[in-house]
Order: sequence, then C-alpha cells, then structure tokens
Amino acid sequence: MKALVWHGTTDIRCDSVPDPKIEHPRDAIIKVTSCAICGSDLHLYNHFMPGMKSGDIMGHETMGEVVEVGAESNGKLKVGDRVVIPFTIICGECEQCKRGNFSVCERTNRNGHIAAKAFGHTTAGLFGYTHLTGGYPGGQAEYLRVPFADATHIKVPKGIPDEKLLFLSDIFPTGWQAAVQCDIQPTDTVAIWGCGPVGQMTIRSAVLLGAKQVIAIDRIPERLAMAEAGGAITINIDEDSVIERLNELTNGKGPEKCIDAVGMEAHATATIDSMYDRVKQATMMETDRPHVLREMAYVCRPAGTLSIPGVYGGLLDKIPFGAIMNKGLTIRTGQTHVNRWSDDLLRRIEEGQIDPSFVITHTVSLEEGPDMYKVFRDKQDGCIKVVIKP
Amino acid sequence: MRYETERTRRRGQADTATDTLARGLGLFSIALGIAEIAAPRALARALGMKGQEGLIAGYGVREIATGIGILASKDPTPWIWGRVAGDALDLATLATALEGNNPKKENVGIAMAAVLGATALDVYCAQTLSRESPHPLPPLQDYSDRSGFPRGVERAHGAASDFAVPSDFRTPEALRPYTQPEAPRHPQPSM
Repeated sequence: MKALVWHGTTDIRCDSVPDPKIEHPRDAIIKVTSCAICGSDLHLYNHFMPGMKSGDIMGHETMGEVVEVGAESNGKLKVGDRVVIPFTIICGECEQCKRGNFSVCERTNRNGHIAAKAFGHTTAGLFGYTHLTGGYPGGQAEYLRVPFADATHIKVPKGIPDEKLLFLSDIFPTGWQAAVQCDIQPTDTVAIWGCGPVGQMTIRSAVLLGAKQVIAIDRIPERLAMAEAGGAITINIDEDSVIERLNELTNGKGPEKCIDAVGMEAHATATIDSMYDRVKQATMMETDRPHVLREMAYVCRPAGTLSIPGVYGGLLDKIPFGAIMNKGLTIRTGQTHVNRWSDDLLRRIEEGQIDPSFVITHTVSLEEGPDMYKVFRDKQDGCIKVVIKP
Repeated sequence: MRYETERTRRRGQADTATDTLARGLGLFSIALGIAEIAAPRALARALGMKGQEGLIAGYGVREIATGIGILASKDPTPWIWGRVAGDALDLATLATALEGNNPKKENVGIAMAAVLGATALDVYCAQTLSRESPHPLPPLQDYSDRSGFPRGVERAHGAASDFAVPSDFRTPEALRPYTQPEAPRHPQPSM
C-alpha cells in the first residue's frame, strides 16, 4: 500500500510499504477513506519531538471502513462498519480508561517503559507519533491496523460526509476538551492563543459553551478571519500588544480563562523571551518555546484557569511560576480523552449545531501529502487544514 | 520582499531558505557576541592584540545587539546590512594586528578568513532579502464566511449549555464567579 513515511527532519515521502495485518485478536484493519495532517505532525516533521525512526508511517487523524477484524472484537466491530479512529489507542479496561482518562491508558503503549523514563509513568499509545508512544504505524496510508480496535473506534453513521466526521479523531474533541477544562461560565472571557485547526475548534467550542466573549490571538490574516467568522474578537500579534488588548477587553482584569492552542513551537519574533527560547533551542539547551505559557500566566485573571491543549515535549525554561502560584491559577492540560467526548460531539454534528468541515482548506491525494507538509508548516496558500484522500 | 514594510504586508511566509539563513546569522551574532564579552582576554591573547580587550568586548555588545535586531525585527534586512558593516569593521581591526612583529599573525590570518566567509554569507543574505521577490504574493484567501455554525453564530452561542461538565473538570466552587447573595426575604429590623 501507499503511505506517508518519515525519513528524517522535513523529509516525508509517499512510499510503498507492506499492507498491515492482524497481529492480535483485538486488532482490526480499516481501509482509510480520509485522513488529515495535524499541527502536531509538524513537530515530527521539524523533528522537535524525539523518538521517530526512519520508516515510521505518519498520521493520527483517520477514518475509514472496517475490512478485517480479529477474533476478539467481542462483536463490537464488523466488516463494513464506518469508523473514525481516535488518535489515542485505548484498552477500555484499565483503571484510567474506566475513569474516562483515555489518553493515559495504562496498557496500550507497548513502549511504556520508555515513556515512564521520560515522564515518570506511561501514557496511552498513539498512532504515528514516535516510539515514545508505542511506535504504532499511523493512518496517512491506504490501510491502518487498529490495535485494541474493539475499544479504539468511534462508530459513525453512513450518509454524513467524511469531512464532517473526520475531526472527531482529534482536533474537534481536543478543542472541546480545552474549552471544557475551563468550565466556562456565562460571565467568562476566554482568550485562545493560536488560530490553527485546534484553535479554531476551541473557539467554536467556547462559543457553543456560552462564553461571554471569546478572544483569538494569531498573526496570520486568513486564520484571524476564520476565527472572527466563528464569533471571536481577534488580536493580531504583529499589530497589537496582546497583554494591552486583553486588559482593554476585560476592563483591566484579564481573561478568566486562557487556552494555549500553540504549544512548543511558538512564533513570537518580536519578544525578548521568544528570542531567548530560539537561542536556547538552537543550542540544544531547551526543548520547547513556551512564550504562550508565559504570556498566559502573566495576563490571566487571578484565580483563573490555564488550559493547555498545545503539545509540549520536554523541559521548559523561565516559566513564571511565581505568577501562577501567587495568582492562584489552575492549570489543566493533557492529551485528549477522545472517546470521552465523541458521542456528545457526534450528536452535535448530527443535529447541525456545528459543521467541523469549515476548517478544511486543502484536499489532496496521498502522493501530494509530502508537499502539503511544507505548505501547511509555512502557512502558504492560506493553508489551515489539509485532508488527504488515499 | 517577504517582510512587512511600509509598502508590503506580512504574510507569515517567513520560513524560506533565506529567512532561515537570516535567523541563523542572528543566532551566530549573539553566540559570537557572548564569546567576545565572556573571554576578551583570551581572544586578545590568541590574536596578539593585548590591550584591546575593551574593544573586543565592545564588538561583542555590537554583535549581540545586531543578533537581537535580526531575530526581533519584522524585516531583518537592515540588520543584516548592519552585520556587513560590522564585518568590515572587524576586518579593518584585524588588519591592524598584521602590522609589526605580532607573533600571532597566523591566528589573525585565520580569523580574517573566517570573517571573510561570514561576510560573503551576510552579503548574499542581505542582497537576497533586499531584492523584490520575483513571485508576487498570492492574494489572501477569504475565510470570512466559514463560521462552522450551520445556523449562524448567534444561534450557536450557548447552544451546548445542555452539556454537563464532568465533576473532575469542574472549577472548584471557591474559584467560580462571585455573585451577590440574595437580599433577605424578610425585612431586617432597623438598628
């Protein structure tokens, strides 16, 4: 089959690789009908996340049709089912899964010992996202083996286009969880850093959950326009001071809820701390560029909440913990517990509350995938979300 | 030109090869500046320029300022030209160390060769950045109609208020918005 394969820094190719096979009775194989490039895939493309090996298949936003099931699917899946595959692989049986903390499933990361060395404990296995999370082949391919498939799937009805459902795999529940982590009240101002795909979903989620005002922060005109279309007030970091504007919009009190939808590769070229990060990252002295975290901690209203869906990888420098502690801020973060939200979000799509396909700006073939990584990374051609049709 | 100036818009396409080179030169400037400030005596000794420690440290400050300018500005072009000027100053200063009986002339020659290499990169980078791009910027895509809400933003606002936030995601009661307690139902006796 054809698949997008990682070969090194900024080197992704469309290769011919062996078809996946059932390796365990709980596995299933799906024929991929749609998949997408995620912003977090760019951390692999730029090789900021450690743990990739040449030959790894990319992709963790995938949907398709079941073409083969293992003997232990427990009647939960059958050939012909239409499924969205959550990016977190879950067993559904461990203590964390039972509590709904699917992204920290205790059993699905087959390299859990490596994750435990890095993080203290294992986290869930992920598709196409380094050997730290199991080294599972990803879904930017014609076929995908789904481990623990009896639990790791979202069944979706036929008759709704892929484009409306695909993002149940990651960015829609990720944006949703980011907003839910804020426990949004009708009096809340929610400030969201980053208007990429996750940021856009977070904006819509905050609007649906009834925030008084939603403020979106970015520098790319097209992304800001899309954020505004979704009901956000926008701040262009190239034109305005983020801190000043946020204080203006909240009568000097700061937003109650701050969401970091940027993560480890913040581009804020005109600030001293971001230059400091760039120098340290270039000299291998720092893994991440946490400009957004610093700004959020500074501007957030005392007793407010910092919600962090943005991906961070390692050791962060100069985090103003004095501000966090003295202002009594609550930090909520984590990979997304996709299956915890998927039934509710599917219902909202079916009822027409939201149509997540609004974010798609490019639809391409698998062969065009490698080029689209660069277009997406460099934000060329108004690129916000790339869907691939294998 | 890809950078914002009086005449052009920033388009967020700053990751071309030349831009990466400009950033690299900015980082190099800062690293070199730190070395010049941290070890002016060792550098002066190696180049046979004893007594010039203050000048070397001063050049270090210049390098750091230029590096910050390159990394912080929306348009690094003038700062890269600033590096070219700085290179000329460095070469002129090093040339003075070739006079007389300096026993470290060989090291000075190596340093001058290194500066010339950096100068070539600086000139290339500055010239490329100064040139107008042969490819006009594509027009902005218009996403102003992409609300994602089939029934419009107004009807979407609060549409998910039926969602019950799970108990482990709820804000502690003490951190919820403060509301005035209700007025007492019975009149209070006047004091």
